[in-house]
Order: sequence, then structure tokens, then C-alpha cells
Amino acid sequence: MTLIDLANPTRFLSLTARVLPWLAGATAILLAIGLYQSAMAPDDYQQGATVKIMFIHVPNAWLSMFVWGVMSIAALGTLVWRHPLADVAAKAAAPIGAAFTFLALVTGSLWGRPMWGTYWEWDARLTSVLVLFLMYLGLIALWRAVEDPSRAARAAAVLTLVGAINIPIIKFSVDWWNTLHQGASVLRIGGPTMDRAFLIPLLVMAVAFSLLFITLHLAAMRNEILRRRVRSLQMLQARAFSSESLPRTGSGVGTGSREGNASKQQSGAA
Amino acid sequence: MSLGPYTSFIVTSYTLVAAVVLILIVWIALDYRGQKERLRELEAGGIARRSGRGAAGF
Repeated sequence: MTLIDLANPTRFLSLTARVLPWLAGATAILLAIGLYQSAMAPDDYQQGATVKIMFIHVPNAWLSMFVWGVMSIAALGTLVWRHPLADVAAKAAAPIGAAFTFLALVTGSLWGRPMWGTYWEWDARLTSVLVLFLMYLGLIALWRAVEDPSRAARAAAVLTLVGAINIPIIKFSVDWWNTLHQGASVLRIGGPTMDRAFLIPLLVMAVAFSLLFITLHLAAMRNEILRRRVRSLQMLQARAFSSESLPRTGSGVGTGSREGNASKQQSGAA
Repeated sequence: MSLGPYTSFIVTSYTLVAAVVLILIVWIALDYRGQKERLRELEAGGIARRSGRGAAGF
């Protein structure tokens, strides 16, 4: 199946119906393995047991940026290729990305209090992630505020691409500025600096959360396609009603010919 | 398994992540049910999608 085949929402829906149960099962199994490994991981010599927060904080932080990356590709799909599912993909991803970013901020804060002595510091990494969270909320608000879906799609796509500038800022903030947040210890030139006892559970949790995102995203895209179908049917219904009621309200006399037209329109819509 | 003096921070973190993920799953499942129900109602009312529309149509 090619990307062009997936441009057909009906084909996309039948694909998600087949794939979603398997994805959900794989996510549940990997999450269970990851959680078990996280629980069994040894305490860090400096951080003690608080290192266990890393196994949920880091996957959420990675996904907060990854989801924006997915939305940026979808934004290109909307603006350049006009792919019919591109805006659906971006709109469905935004609340999930916002949730992951929120979790990255809160778990980071709960990890920071015992390690740094503070829940929050206005340093480059924390502030840029907070900006990312606010951008997610802004995008969600934009989609809800603009009634015409195609106008909303274009505006959201432009905003998403502008917001993508923040992703490298988040990633390299710990290198460019002097921050309280530690530097990269997994995705870095020269390889991870972390011991395997921590690295393996972390990678398992990262894959599990990525699968969770893919599962939730496909399910949310399916909902968005159905929502757009409902909207187009409601518009058809409203058009049919207005064609039926116009002659009565306009002249006060119902004419057979106009009612005939309305029923023709309805049968044409069906 | 002992979590030491910072148990509350660790347990709160995991509980919060579980709660938010659960809320996401329930929200998406309820939204799916709601959209399917609305589609069924509209189609039962005689409103149906035009057949033979382009592949891009929703």
C-alpha cells in the first residue's frame, strides 16, 4: 500500500481497523516489560531511586519534540502536496503531543525538586519546553477557533512550521547555554554515556511510548475522519432543510416544485 | 524494592503519567463512540454520503 492509496480516507479507515488491535497489544506488552525493567533497575550512585523518574520523563520529553516533527511533516503535506490526510494527521497529533509535553514538564519538575532543590528554573531547556507546550495549546485553540477547516488547516500548517524552529533550540539548549538541566547522555556524538543497566530500560520505555503515540495517533486520526464525515453530512442535512423551508418562509405558500427540488437534492446527496 | 526518602516524588510521577495516558485513551475511545453514533443517526435520517465522489472526499 502506497502513500497515495492512503490518501483515500476510506482505505485509511480499513487499514487502521486492521492494525490498531495489534499496535495496542504490542504497546501494552512493551510497556509492561519496560515498567518491570524500570522497577528492577539499580539505584544511581548519586541520584538514588529518583533515577526511576528518568524512565518516564525522557520518553515523554523525546515524544514532545517528535510529535511536533510529525506535525511539521504533516504541515508540509498540507501546504505543498495538499494531501487530504495531512491536516487530519496534524490535528489529531496536537492534543497527544500536548499531553506528552505536559508530562515531560511535570515529571521533570518532580525529578528536579529532590536533585536540584527546586521545582522550576527559568533556564533555556525548561523554558523552551514550556514554550513548546504553549505552542501546542495555541495550535489546538486555532483549530477550534477557525470554522472553515481548509482555512484552519493552512493557518495551523504555517504556525506549525514556524514553531518547528523551537525544536533544535530545545535539543541544543543544553549545549548553547549554561543550564541547570544536564546535557545529552543518550543521543550524542560518541554514543551514550549511560550504563547499560539504565540504558536498556530507558530504550524499551522509549519504544513503548513511541508505539503508544502511534496507536493513539491512528485512533485519533480515525476519529477526525469520522468527525469530518459527520460535518459534511450535517451540512447536507442543513442544505436539504433550508431548501425545504425556503418556499414556506419566503412566500408563505409551499410549492410542489420546490419541495420536489429539495427531495431531488436529498436523493442526489444519498 | 525500597524507593528511599523520595518515594513520594517517584510515585507521584508514575501515577500522573498513568492518569494522563488513561485519560487520553478514554477520551479517544469515547470520541470514537460519539462520532460513530452521530454518523449512524444521520444515515438513519436519510442523509448519506454521495457515492462516486473523489478519493479525497471525507
